[in-house]
Amino acid sequence: MMMHMKPSSGAHVGAKNTVSHIMWQVMLAISPATAFGLLCFGWPAFNLFMITVSSAVFFEAFCLRLAGRIAKPAIMDGSAVLTGWLLAMTLPPWAPWWIGVAGSGLAIILGKQVYGGLGQNLFNPAMLARVALLISFPIEMTTWANVSPLFFSQSPGFAESWHITFSGLENLDASTGATTLGFIKTEFSQNHVLSEILKDISGLLNFIGWTRGSLGETSTLLLVLGGIWLIRQGVIQWHIPVSLLLAVTALSSVFHIIDDEHYISPFLHLNSGAMMLVAFFIATDYVTSPNTPAGQLVFGAGCGLLIFVIRTWGAYPEGAGFAILLMNAATPLIDYYIRPRIYGRDRQGKPLEIPKS
Amino acid sequence: MGQTCVTRSEQRRMLSFFSKQLIRGGVHAEQHKAATATQPIVNNFPLPEKLYIPLQQHVGKPAEPLIRVGDKVLKGQLLAYSQGMISAPVHAPSSGIILDVNDYPAPHPSALPIRMIVLETDGDDKWIKTYPVADPFQLTPEDISLRVGAAGIVGLGGATFPTAVKLNMGRENRIDILIINGAECEPYLSCDDRLMQERPEQIIDGVRLMLHGMETENAVIAIEDNKPQAYQSMKAAALPFPHIKVIQIPTRYPMGWDRQLIRYVTGKEVPVGCRSSEIGVTIHNVGTAHAVHKAIRHGQPLVSRVVTVSGGAVTRPMNVEVPLGTLISELFNFCKVNAGQVARIVMGGPMMGDSLPHTGLPTVKATSGILALTQSELKNTNEQPCIRCASCVSVCPAGLRPLDMANNIRINQLDIAVDLGLKDCISCGCCSYICPSNIPLVQYFKYASGEVAARQQAQHKSEQTKRLIDARNARMERIAQQQREDELARIAAKAERELLKAEQEALV
Repeated sequence: MMMHMKPSSGAHVGAKNTVSHIMWQVMLAISPATAFGLLCFGWPAFNLFMITVSSAVFFEAFCLRLAGRIAKPAIMDGSAVLTGWLLAMTLPPWAPWWIGVAGSGLAIILGKQVYGGLGQNLFNPAMLARVALLISFPIEMTTWANVSPLFFSQSPGFAESWHITFSGLENLDASTGATTLGFIKTEFSQNHVLSEILKDISGLLNFIGWTRGSLGETSTLLLVLGGIWLIRQGVIQWHIPVSLLLAVTALSSVFHIIDDEHYISPFLHLNSGAMMLVAFFIATDYVTSPNTPAGQLVFGAGCGLLIFVIRTWGAYPEGAGFAILLMNAATPLIDYYIRPRIYGRDRQGKPLEIPKS
Repeated sequence: MGQTCVTRSEQRRMLSFFSKQLIRGGVHAEQHKAATATQPIVNNFPLPEKLYIPLQQHVGKPAEPLIRVGDKVLKGQLLAYSQGMISAPVHAPSSGIILDVNDYPAPHPSALPIRMIVLETDGDDKWIKTYPVADPFQLTPEDISLRVGAAGIVGLGGATFPTAVKLNMGRENRIDILIINGAECEPYLSCDDRLMQERPEQIIDGVRLMLHGMETENAVIAIEDNKPQAYQSMKAAALPFPHIKVIQIPTRYPMGWDRQLIRYVTGKEVPVGCRSSEIGVTIHNVGTAHAVHKAIRHGQPLVSRVVTVSGGAVTRPMNVEVPLGTLISELFNFCKVNAGQVARIVMGGPMMGDSLPHTGLPTVKATSGILALTQSELKNTNEQPCIRCASCVSVCPAGLRPLDMANNIRINQLDIAVDLGLKDCISCGCCSYICPSNIPLVQYFKYASGEVAARQQAQHKSEQTKRLIDARNARMERIAQQQREDELARIAAKAERELLKAEQEALV
């Protein structure tokens, strides 16, 4: 019995775990929040979602072709679908089609493939695209549709949705408004205080997600459930979400206690904007976050700090995208300084001393 | 990461967040032990016609043969003596005639030839006269070490370090505690499990003899909690000896890594570059303890061992006691291995074992198991890009960052890989096991270690050459200088002679 094969060491058996399996699990975890977003914002949101995801796949295939690689296996790992999906979740639900296409192009080409593809990128592709779009097209990226659920008489029908997606909205004021965070920021600039501003804002609706906002960011409840499921599945670790949310909670609590008319409560912070999507699904991106638990705690806390600072004192009501990109840039540094201690060595890498007995 | 179920030991680990971490990293691999762990050790293995006995079955220098081709030998007769400080002798696993002393393929992935003694058995399996010791506790500790060394006993967990050397080091360093490793954390393997279930008194006796040999008081026998029967029988056998404690440890690969076990049991960590005896701990395998018992009580050298034969392609998986030098092909015949299904032959466990190119290779002292794995049992080898999921970082028991090491090795930055801790890698295979991108990380690290060693050797060689050239140049220069001086002296002498001659002529 003679067998010709290359000598092989190391584990001959392995865990039943693949890259595409991980990607599909993440998609499964975000699908309830996505479905809820599609339900809230109707057919135009559905169009945008489909356009963004399919153009992400298209750009991925295009780049792989350009690099002379076979596209199919790389597409099948699901990473391009996931990038497009996450990007779509952060876009205003009624944004025109070209926002989705441009966003996917930015995410896949500039955010991922120029670095060499999967696993090589420095920045989270979806957040890179989101921030680039926000800076380039501020009007389109801050036009927030009212909640207009599918199959309601006032909501746009399927045919009308094509008009919204492809030729733009006509009656802007009637069907759009500001997000909670945006509204508060504007009111602050007119020297109003929180007790006046928050009269008409329901914390509960923010928690469930029945409010204006990005396509898949509104429902704190469903995003948290999806995130906890991912942690239980072992796909992501608890360190980043917990430290991020703790940092925001701690900072906002301190300021809210000092001055509750000018600093919004931790509850509102946690329930608004991209907070939960970012904490569980964006900041935990393997490629762009540190690879030790301690490093992840630092990374999460840094994200939380930056989100709070940008939201509170920055020009943009929503700081999540910027915070993530800044911390992404710091990831190699964190990984350089925060390393696990090697067995039998101290933190500096020198052999331990033999204890005198 | 990737582990869908959070076990109780993991929960305990999370809860003890602030207390000192005793277990780092590790994985829960599928066990596959039940097929062999539930059956008694098979003793009726038919004696092979030929045995191939490598002269090196241990760490250190190979043994030196003292028999000639054509010699008749008895079972247990010394075939080759140990040479040097760290070495072990080799004995005849059965009676018969020496056919050859020559190079044959080694049980190694390369199957490169190494020196072996080929023994044609005569079927009598006749023992040489042995000298049992009635009361070994009357022997001096030094005598115990000597007898253990003379019996050719080496670490049977797979490390194959000569046991006598370890006993001596233990005695010299005044060991506080002897740990007996009954973890057997590798999947599939169950030879230690069966040994503990069936021969606990002999193992405990071996432990007592080792304690005597090292002049140490206390021993702890650590058994993973997936072997409750072994634990019970060992506990019962250890009952009369209060200084021998039997404990259960969590089931988690690689609990059986000696340094992991030392930390778990004693809370102490062995510094890099030190032996465990330097911090007052020595660790031996249960199989080694059993061999020590046989060597001292019965005077029998190490000539056989229990081997687990398992894997999806094996029709009759079992633990079987075989004479050392038995070819794997004979084992496979006995266990009815379905040759068509075999995708990979592995010597040892599936995590750390090496794959073998064919079955014409002998079992040796280190062979704890031979696995015939089918394609469906093997890890997918379709390598994909690293997504930096850091699973490898979280499972590494040594605290390394395999992904960064592999990335640097891929671009041939071996020095950086060494800085990141390449030399602290124990090749346990956890990172390769867990990697969702099927990257053969351990293969990378073994390649890099070999390459680093080769480069150092090449550098050493070129430095040596340079030194030789410099020395030669200096010598040539010295000789040339000498010649020049000689030449000058000759010219001067000649001139003087001529002057003298001229003077004499002038006088005449």
